[in-house]
Amino acid sequence: MAKLNVNGKVLDYQADADTPLLWVLREQLGLTGTKYGCGIALCGACTVHIDGVPARSCVRPANSVKSSEKIITIEGLSKDGSHPIQKAWVALDVPQCGFCQSGMIMAAAALVKAKPNPTDKDIDDTMTNICRCGTYNRVRAGIHLAVQEMAAGKSGKSGKGAKDTKPAKKAATANSVEHIGRGEA
Amino acid sequence: MSAVMKISRRQFIKGGAAVTGSLVVGFHVPFLKNADAQDAATAEINAWVVVQPNDTVVVRIARSEMGQGTLTGLCQLVAEELECDWAKVTAEYPTPGQSLARKRPWGSFGTGGSQGIRGSQDYVRKGGAAARMMLIQAAADEWKVPAAECSVDKGVITHAQSKRSTTYGKVAAIAAKLTPPTDIKLKDAKDWKLAGRRLARLDTIEKTNGRQIYGMDLTMPGMLNAAVKDCPVFGGKVKSVDDSAVLKRPGVKKVLRLGDSAVVVVADTWWRAKTALDALKIEWDEGPNAKASSASFAEILKAGLEAKEAAIGTKQGDAAGAIASAARKIEAVYSYPHQNHACMETMNATAKWTPEKCEVWAPTQNGEAAHAAAAEAAGLPPAKVEVYKIHLGGGFGRRGQSDYVRQAVAIAKQMPGTPIKLIWSREEDMARGAYHPITQCKMTAGLDEKGEITGLHMRISGQSILAGLRPEAIRDGKDPVVFQGLNESGPEAAIGYTFPNLLIDHAMRNPHVPPGFWRGVNLNQNAVYLESFIDEIAAATKQDPLALRRKLMAKHPKHLAVLEAVAKHVEWDKPAPKGVFRGLAQTMGFGSYVAACAEVSVSKDGVMKIHRIVAATDCGHAVNPQQIEAQVEGSFVYGLGAALYQECTVKNGRIEQSNFHDYPSLTLADMPKVETLILTSGGFWGGVGEPTIGVAAPAVLNAIFAATGKRIRDLPLKNHSLKT
Repeated sequence: MAKLNVNGKVLDYQADADTPLLWVLREQLGLTGTKYGCGIALCGACTVHIDGVPARSCVRPANSVKSSEKIITIEGLSKDGSHPIQKAWVALDVPQCGFCQSGMIMAAAALVKAKPNPTDKDIDDTMTNICRCGTYNRVRAGIHLAVQEMAAGKSGKSGKGAKDTKPAKKAATANSVEHIGRGEA
Repeated sequence: MSAVMKISRRQFIKGGAAVTGSLVVGFHVPFLKNADAQDAATAEINAWVVVQPNDTVVVRIARSEMGQGTLTGLCQLVAEELECDWAKVTAEYPTPGQSLARKRPWGSFGTGGSQGIRGSQDYVRKGGAAARMMLIQAAADEWKVPAAECSVDKGVITHAQSKRSTTYGKVAAIAAKLTPPTDIKLKDAKDWKLAGRRLARLDTIEKTNGRQIYGMDLTMPGMLNAAVKDCPVFGGKVKSVDDSAVLKRPGVKKVLRLGDSAVVVVADTWWRAKTALDALKIEWDEGPNAKASSASFAEILKAGLEAKEAAIGTKQGDAAGAIASAARKIEAVYSYPHQNHACMETMNATAKWTPEKCEVWAPTQNGEAAHAAAAEAAGLPPAKVEVYKIHLGGGFGRRGQSDYVRQAVAIAKQMPGTPIKLIWSREEDMARGAYHPITQCKMTAGLDEKGEITGLHMRISGQSILAGLRPEAIRDGKDPVVFQGLNESGPEAAIGYTFPNLLIDHAMRNPHVPPGFWRGVNLNQNAVYLESFIDEIAAATKQDPLALRRKLMAKHPKHLAVLEAVAKHVEWDKPAPKGVFRGLAQTMGFGSYVAACAEVSVSKDGVMKIHRIVAATDCGHAVNPQQIEAQVEGSFVYGLGAALYQECTVKNGRIEQSNFHDYPSLTLADMPKVETLILTSGGFWGGVGEPTIGVAAPAVLNAIFAATGKRIRDLPLKNHSLKT
C-alpha cells in the first residue's frame, strides 16, 4: 500500500505506477471535488496544493508525491467554507456551472498566499485556469475582495474566526449580489 | 438553511466512494436532487410546488441547470407568486419518467435556445400562484372564513379579523387535496418582491467546497468505468481490434464494440479504462469521408455562394434588380469555421441495465430526449426507463444531444446489472463533437449616386443544423433556423434594418462533419456577416457607423434603443482614449435585443487588446439582473474565445484539434472589462444566455477595422496578422 498525506490525513491507496494524482484522489480516495478537464495540465480544473504550491494533479504521478508532502484539495481548503477565497466566491456568486471552480479557487488561494496583495498583472499571469462559462471578471473581483477581507482581518477591523463562514462583504467595485434571508451552509 | 439534501433512496449515489475501497466519505448529494415520490411527509400542492411540514418549499424545475442560473431564476418566479419565504425555498428536478407517467405536467425539459426563463415563465408563475391560492383556501376552510379575507406574507397566512395565523407547512396536506383553481391572475412585474432582484444563486456554496456532484463524479456500489473511442472519421467503421494485450491489464474487465464504429474498454477505474483504450490496436475503415478536408469543404461552400437555387429567408422588393441597376456595388465574402463546444466537463453518463429496468444518470440539457434515447438503446419500453438529471459542467448546446447517453446504455446492456460510468476523454470530446456549422456568406449592396443603399443581397452557403438533427423540420429545402437574426419579423430573431430591397437566402451545403446547436447558434455568424458589412458600407460611403445604423434602424425602435444605450454609455460622440478604437454591433435573437461597443487597441506589431466592452440587453423582463450580467460576461468569454482562437479544421476526414493546446479558450488575461446595461422595456420575455454572443465578434472586428483599416472576414482572428 502506498501512502499520501491528503487534507491532514495519511491515507493508503493502491494504483498502477503511472496513475496521476488526480485519478488517485478521485477514484481511490473519493475526493471528486478535484476535476478532470484536459489531462495535459492546461485547463487547471485539477489544481491541488502540494506543500502549499499549486500543482496540476492530472499530470503528476501519484507515486512521485511523498507521504511527507502535504496535499490539500478543495475539500480540505477549509473545514467550513471559511477560506477568504471561498467566502469571496460566495459573496460575489462567482461560479456558473462550477466545474472549473475547484481548480480556480485552489489557484486563487495559492496566489493570495504567495502574494498577499496581488496586482491585476499578477492575477493575469497566475490565473491561467480555463473557464468556459465566463466567470473571469468575477474571479478577478473575488480575488481582490478576498485580499481586502484578509487585510481587514489582520488589522482587526473585522474578527475572522475560523467559525466565521458568512460571505465576505462585497467590494464596492464589484457587481452586487443580494444575500437575503438565507443562512449559509 | 442548508442547501444540502437527503439522498433519494432510488439513487444510492455516493458523493465519491472508493472503488477499491480505502476510504468512504460522507453520504452527500448536494443541491439539487431528483424528485423522489417516496419521500414521506411532503405535500405536493401541484406539479411545481411541494410544501413540507417545516415550511420548506420545494420547487420542481424541469429545465436543466448548467451554470446559466435558470434554476434560481425559475425559483424566484415561483416564489414570487407563491408568496413564500425565500429562505425556505429549495429545488429538485422532476424526472422524465415521472413526466411521462403524469402526461407531461412540467412541459418541456429542453434547456436550449435561451428558453429556460422565457419558455416557462408563464406556467411556473401560474404554478406558484395556484399553489398560493390553494394554501390560503385550505387555511380559510379550516377557519371557516372566506379566502378573500386572508392574506399571506412569506408563507404565513393571516386572517386579520379573527387574529388567526398559520403557515404553509401546517395547511399543506389539506391544500394538496383541493381542486386547483382555473382562474389565475399573475402579478404585474412592477409589484414583484423577489423576481427582478439581484438574489444570490441557490447553488453557489456547493460549487466552492467541492461538494457539487457532476455526472463525472458519480459512484455507485459495484460500478465499473468505461472509456470510448469512436471512429475519428465520421461515417467510418471499426475494421479490427486486437485486444489480447489489453485484456491482460489489471482491472480491465471487457473490450466491447458499440455499433459498427466505436470501441469501449470497461475497467474498475476510468484511468485504467482510458489508458487501456489508448493502448488498443484499432484499425479503422474510414469510409467515404476519409479524404475530406476543410479546404474541400470551403470549395463546396464557395460554389453555393453562386448557386442558382437557394432557399429564401427574407425577401422585400427586388434586391437583384436594384443591385444590377445600382450606381455602385459593394461586395464582400465572409466565412465562419467549425467550432467545438468544449464544455469543461467532457461528455459522460452512467447507466444500469437489467431486463426489467434501465436507469440512467446524465448531465443533459434535454431530459426527455435523453429518456427517449435511453429507452431506444435499452430496448425497453419508456415506462421501464428512468433518467436522473445531474448538474451539468457546461452545456452550450452540446448536451442537448444524447449520443453519450445512448452509448452508456448500450454498454450497460452488455453487462446487465452492473452500473457503468462512461466518460469521454477530452480528445474524444474534441473528435466527436457536434460542431458549430460552417458557412460562407457573400454580401452585396447596391448604392445610388449619393451612397444610399438601394438593395442588399445576403447569400449564405453552408451547413444546416436541422438537416442533420431534425430533418422533418426542413421544408422545401429551407432550414428556418439558418436565418436567425435575419427574419423579416417575429420575436425570435428579426433583422433590425430596413432596406429598400432585400434578399437573404441560403444555399444548403452539408459536408460530413455534423453540426449542432452551439451557444448562440446561427446568430453568431449571421451577426458577424451583417454587422461587419454594415460597417463596410459605412466606411465605403464615409459615414459614421452609428449614424448609418440609426438611418437604417428608424423603423426598429427596440433594436435601436439598445444600440443608443450603448452609444450613450461609451460617449460615442466623443473620441475614445488615445490609441483606443471602437466598434459597434447590434442584433436580435432568442427573444432579446442586444448591442455592444468594443474598445480595442492594436500595437504596430499586431498585438490586439480588448480594453472594454459595453453591452446592452433588452430582455423585456429581468428576473435576476446579477445573473443576466453573468450571462452577458460569459457570452463575451464564449464569443470572443471563438472569434480570437477557435476553429476545428478537418484533414483526412477527421478533426485535427485534440485538446486545449490546439483549441485554445479565452483566458482571464484576455478578458476585457464588461459593462452591462439591462433594459426592461416590458411586454415580452427574452432570453439572455445566447444573444450577446452574436455581437461579441462583430463589435471587436469593427473596432479592429477602426484601429488598423484591416477588415477581417474569416474567423478566427489568430489566422490573421494585424501588423500595420
